[in-house]
Amino acid sequence: MTVTTIDKDTEALTLTLIADFAAPLEAVWELWADPRKLERWWGPPTYPATFVEHDLTPGALVTYFMTGPEGDKHYGWWKIGTVDAPRELTLEDGFGDADGRPLTDKTGQLRMRLFEHQGGTRMELHDRFPTIEQMEEMLKMGMEEGLREAVGQMDALL
Amino acid sequence: MTIADLITYNQMVVDDELDRLFHALADPTRRDLLRRSADGELSVSRLADGYAMSFAAVQKHVAVLERAGLVTKARHGREQLVRTDPVAIGRARAALDELEAAWRGRVDRMADLLTSPTRGEDR
Repeated sequence: MTVTTIDKDTEALTLTLIADFAAPLEAVWELWADPRKLERWWGPPTYPATFVEHDLTPGALVTYFMTGPEGDKHYGWWKIGTVDAPRELTLEDGFGDADGRPLTDKTGQLRMRLFEHQGGTRMELHDRFPTIEQMEEMLKMGMEEGLREAVGQMDALL
Repeated sequence: MTIADLITYNQMVVDDELDRLFHALADPTRRDLLRRSADGELSVSRLADGYAMSFAAVQKHVAVLERAGLVTKARHGREQLVRTDPVAIGRARAALDELEAAWRGRVDRMADLLTSPTRGEDR
């Protein structure tokens, strides 16, 4: 059972998330470190992600695109900050063009840390509120996801 | 004008509005000004008393907040009182809620992958 607590600071525009997984720390790290695993959770089912370049070393550029329901592609990138495998990863993220070049120097900041916790793994994540371009994309995809969840709940009731 | 043009145009207007909103919120002084203006009882000069910076600098921050729609000014005698607009703050909160929904979805998918790592692999 995944227990998630989320703390939002509207004025500092940050989100802090804590999730507990019943899995070893290395397995959770692999969900970030293995691009084939990463692309199975990063984008919602309606906007699945495909990672083009993926290298978790400091300074490396990770590029991906998300494919929307109409076949529309949304390109994104991570610039890797610090890596302490298998425990800590910091990165800047943003949206880019088809060549993976950042469209803007305004970026979001993400810090992910893993801890051994009660026989499983705790993931602690800080996401600084993304920029306007990212937020627009995030809003579009988040709404899709919210709708999908609502539909799922309706299905369960029927 | 085609529908696509219209959608693009609307998107640009929305982008511009949100851009101003997030630029306004990105500064700690402006966030502090928003807190202190919640009751709408302070003028720009009273607000400026609380900071080491010049009146003009505070006035500039208030102008940024006003352009972003985060505060409104109301004339009260000879003074202009600054009041935080809760609707605009609500928009920022709504955006964070969307971000939360996105991360909740991600964590659910991560948990699914960890419990049944081969599920959906052949899709």
